[in-house]
Amino acid sequence: MIAFERVSKRYPNGREALSNVTFNINTGEMVFLTGRSGAGKSTVLKLIALLERPSRGTLLVNGKNTSTLKTRHIPAFRRGIGVVFQDHKLLADRPVFDNVALPLIVAATPLKEIDKRVRAALDQVGLLGKERMLPFELSVGEQQRVGIARAVISKPPLLIADEPTGNLDPDLSLEVMRLFRRFQDVGVTVVVATHDLHIVREFGQREIVLDNGQVQGEALDCLPSVVATR
Amino acid sequence: MSLGVAGARHMQAFLGSLGRLARNPFATILTLLVIGLALALPTALRIFVTNAQAATGDFANAVDLSVYLKTDVPLAKAEQLARSARERAEVAAVTLIPADKALEEFRAYSGFGAALEALKENPLPHVLHVRPRETASSAAALESLRRYFAAWPEVDIVQIDSEWVMRFNAILEVMRRLLVIAAALLGAGVLAVIGNTIRLEILNRRAEIEVTKLVGGSNGFVRRPFLYTGVLYGLGGALLAWLIVAAAVAVLGQPVATLAQLYGSRYMLHGPTGDDIGTLLGAGTVLGWLGAWISAARHLRSIEPRA
Repeated sequence: MIAFERVSKRYPNGREALSNVTFNINTGEMVFLTGRSGAGKSTVLKLIALLERPSRGTLLVNGKNTSTLKTRHIPAFRRGIGVVFQDHKLLADRPVFDNVALPLIVAATPLKEIDKRVRAALDQVGLLGKERMLPFELSVGEQQRVGIARAVISKPPLLIADEPTGNLDPDLSLEVMRLFRRFQDVGVTVVVATHDLHIVREFGQREIVLDNGQVQGEALDCLPSVVATR
Repeated sequence: MSLGVAGARHMQAFLGSLGRLARNPFATILTLLVIGLALALPTALRIFVTNAQAATGDFANAVDLSVYLKTDVPLAKAEQLARSARERAEVAAVTLIPADKALEEFRAYSGFGAALEALKENPLPHVLHVRPRETASSAAALESLRRYFAAWPEVDIVQIDSEWVMRFNAILEVMRRLLVIAAALLGAGVLAVIGNTIRLEILNRRAEIEVTKLVGGSNGFVRRPFLYTGVLYGLGGALLAWLIVAAAVAVLGQPVATLAQLYGSRYMLHGPTGDDIGTLLGAGTVLGWLGAWISAARHLRSIEPRA
């Protein structure tokens, strides 16, 4: 699903956020991306969502080479990826329904089907019945789940999340992660960047540890990870 | 995308833009007023020119050329010249006034009858009265016709009977040019106003645009509501301009009729024709769309999602 091959990313300010990174993520896998702030987690996700292009090396996502994909094909490419943010990036002046429906609207889905699928997605995240509420009327955890509903509504094969539990207490964090795992259970590839090591250990999924722009180590399942022993 | 779905998308973008404008009535009305005034000015000028032309149309189309032949040209030659003058495409009618008849009239009406008896010969030449067609009554066409006849060897002089008509037509021509200049400048102004309004709107909705692009919205999808907003501004401004001009015509109607009466005319001020209104609404719509398109092309590109 995702193949980093000697990928480097240097930003215009000269900072090299990733150097020579190589790893693969298979279809249907759930992977945690860990490391300190500034280790390159966000850059990895930005490269996957094609918010940035690699400076060197090749990155294949969903069979597409992100270095050579034409700009006009980026929208279609992004429709194959669900993205969840720490600050959830909801539209404050639109009700929950409109926020969740956005990916279907841009993909020109018939209105009747949008209605059905928004309800199904909200049901999955436990927010059925809150369609008409505005984001600020919801709790932080609920807002995050609206963001997740939006990310999965178009049934993308790949779901990426940048610190999705950053603002949540431990119970809510676990709940959100369980949600991600449910998507993995139905075949979605899930990549979660987090510094919440407690959660990582709890879930015992594969972990890719980044440090200073390089892959520091990998840990599978419940094997003690480089980070866990720190 | 099926046609129905595409139609629904456009309807949605259109209604969304309309709703957005309705939610900020004060700002919307101000913008519409600026556009409306800018479009009303050239429209009023055009109606003024049309009216000026119509009010004086009867005179303008009655311009005659008097072609005075040389006195030694015999009558048979004059008749032949009248025939060839009639063959010109720009000429509607030619009347030959033979020297004898002219003298007779002069004798009858001038009161110099006795004095004329003393003349051994008729001092008057044969004259051709040439009436050009309406299509050839512009100042330039009249002048070229005058030169044409003046170049005949049998012709002494050619007189355009109503020099003032030429002057008036020249003034109208200046007005017409002014109209074109005013329309171009104010059109550019409308373009700038709409472009800037759309630019502000784009900056206001930056977050929404970012998220839309993030979930895979194409540039076309993001641009669409702004194009509708531009078209609504342009069309709304044009409707307002129509209202302004119609009101001005209503206010001016009575005094113009009075003025015309004082000149012995029953002329009534004409409001905008269907053509005028069509041009106005069309121009407003096109300017709105174009202004929004230029602005969107310029500013939407720079908004890319940040993580």
